Amino acid sequence: MAESVCIVAEYRDGNFRKVSFEIASEGRRIADALGLKLYGIAVGSGVTAVAPKLGHYGADKVFVIDNPALEHYNAETYAPVIADVIKDAQPAVVLLPASMNGKDLAARLAARLEAGLAQDSTEIAISDGKIKAKRPLFGGKCLGWYEWADGALVMISCRPNVMSCLTPDEGKQAEIVSVNATIPAVKSQVLGAEMDTSGKVELTEADIIVSGGRGMKAAENFAILEELAKVLGAAVGASRAAVDAGWRPHSDQVGQTGKVVTPNLYIAVGISGAIQHLAGMGSSKYIVAVNKDPDAPIFSKADYGIVEDLFKFIPAFTEEVKKYKSTC
Amino acid sequence: MNIVVLLKQTPDTESVIRIADDGKSIVTTDLKWIINPYDEFAVEAALRLKEKHGGTVTIVSWGPQRVVESIRTALAMGADKGVLIDDSALDESDSLGIAKVLAAAVKQLNPDIVLCGHRAVDYDHNQRGPMVAELLGWPHLPLALSMECDGQTVKIERPVEGGKMILSSPLPVVVTMGGSHAVWNPRYASLPGIMKAKKKPLEVKKLADLGLSPDECGGSAAKIRLVELQRPPERKAGKIINGNLDTEGKARELVRLLHEEAGVI
Repeated sequence: MAESVCIVAEYRDGNFRKVSFEIASEGRRIADALGLKLYGIAVGSGVTAVAPKLGHYGADKVFVIDNPALEHYNAETYAPVIADVIKDAQPAVVLLPASMNGKDLAARLAARLEAGLAQDSTEIAISDGKIKAKRPLFGGKCLGWYEWADGALVMISCRPNVMSCLTPDEGKQAEIVSVNATIPAVKSQVLGAEMDTSGKVELTEADIIVSGGRGMKAAENFAILEELAKVLGAAVGASRAAVDAGWRPHSDQVGQTGKVVTPNLYIAVGISGAIQHLAGMGSSKYIVAVNKDPDAPIFSKADYGIVEDLFKFIPAFTEEVKKYKSTC
Repeated sequence: MNIVVLLKQTPDTESVIRIADDGKSIVTTDLKWIINPYDEFAVEAALRLKEKHGGTVTIVSWGPQRVVESIRTALAMGADKGVLIDDSALDESDSLGIAKVLAAAVKQLNPDIVLCGHRAVDYDHNQRGPMVAELLGWPHLPLALSMECDGQTVKIERPVEGGKMILSSPLPVVVTMGGSHAVWNPRYASLPGIMKAKKKPLEVKKLADLGLSPDECGGSAAKIRLVELQRPPERKAGKIINGNLDTEGKARELVRLLHEEAGVI
């Protein structure tokens, strides 16, 4: 019989990424419902220092694999050492972050452990002791519920910013177990990294997204969206038209061939609302559309619509948000 | 170079997706089928490798007979031959089952490099590339935004949250393509290409031809299955902020609504 739920935390630059605490919180909820313990797995160079934090979010025990050879994520090292810990812990469920590295790791681990994996899940439900996971399909045009075969190891990667986080309780202490893993030799390697230090918010983790489309007309015009995004603390996204035109990188693309996003507020600027785009942002809590074409399909999905020239409206809106922010 | 591209056929992204009466599959009549856009980038990347290093590009796909059309499209773009694994035992397979099939097909072809999209725009399981790499015991370079190869090693750029990394690996390796149409700009099939494609070899295989049995990779081996499809909640059109307001007035009204009504700022 399985005795635990395991979560694989993601560590980078001296701390866990926030999604790690979200999956710990979700893991705690599942462990309680199934009457199991919650184990954390923390991997990286220098991760020992922050490992106790997983206890504050409900982990009973944290397995720590701290090794300089694990400084950069590499599936060739991470998958075998984490798989070994999971094999020992014999969990019923393993949760991972559906981050870029997390999804890669999850798939590689699932093949190694012969597990069933649901990637990028947005909801986990339990009934009669059985787990179900929900995930967006066809870029958000459908939602699918998945179930596991009897006895199969349940692996789920969880979309960042969707599952709610417990308030950390520093009084809760986890047992810390240092694992002395043998790190296998690798073939692939990291040659370099170019990190953006501007503190840009990742789209899938953003509470507010300001997105621009074909109506932006040129790459440099995105400056007015960047300005608005700065004032709102938002991430900047783009439609496929804007990405195909070369105005924005693909990592900014929202839609069926880009990212499915779930912010509280999505502001679509100069985006007409093709079906592929609506699929990607349709689960936003509130949608604002700014477009000078009153017949643009985006207005049929927007909570608030403004029929105006975006080049006049966005600067005015930015000023009003600034005024509002200065009064609160 | 011996290059393999793993290709999936998906519904066109402009398709309206309708849920079938069984509540867990989609209505496939009237759908237009395309090469999964990320796999199309892989075809393009493969053809560029072949142009530089010579060799052959083999397209490997799975699914029913209609997939032949997508393989022919890739052959018309310039790929050399195709393999379709069409076996009804795979109808209910999960991602790991399909990965086992693809890994077995790759082993038979013994390539220097395997390319495919990092995800498919239909079920988006996001597992094929890393699983095939794991089953082959090869490295995997994910989400390639660029790819350079000197015949011995491959170097890619990939995004991570908040930046970009440069990775390299010796061959053989699995590379999964990220990026966009703007990055990979896949070529169109020319008319002579389409004519030639009709004569290029396309083998259809069963599981037994790969030395596999349905018990290892078919529906009965699936660890996970889709049990229900739902439509996302319908969104209704909200209010158009208009009245007799000028630009500043509309901006002020939107701020008020976002704060007081929606509570999102």
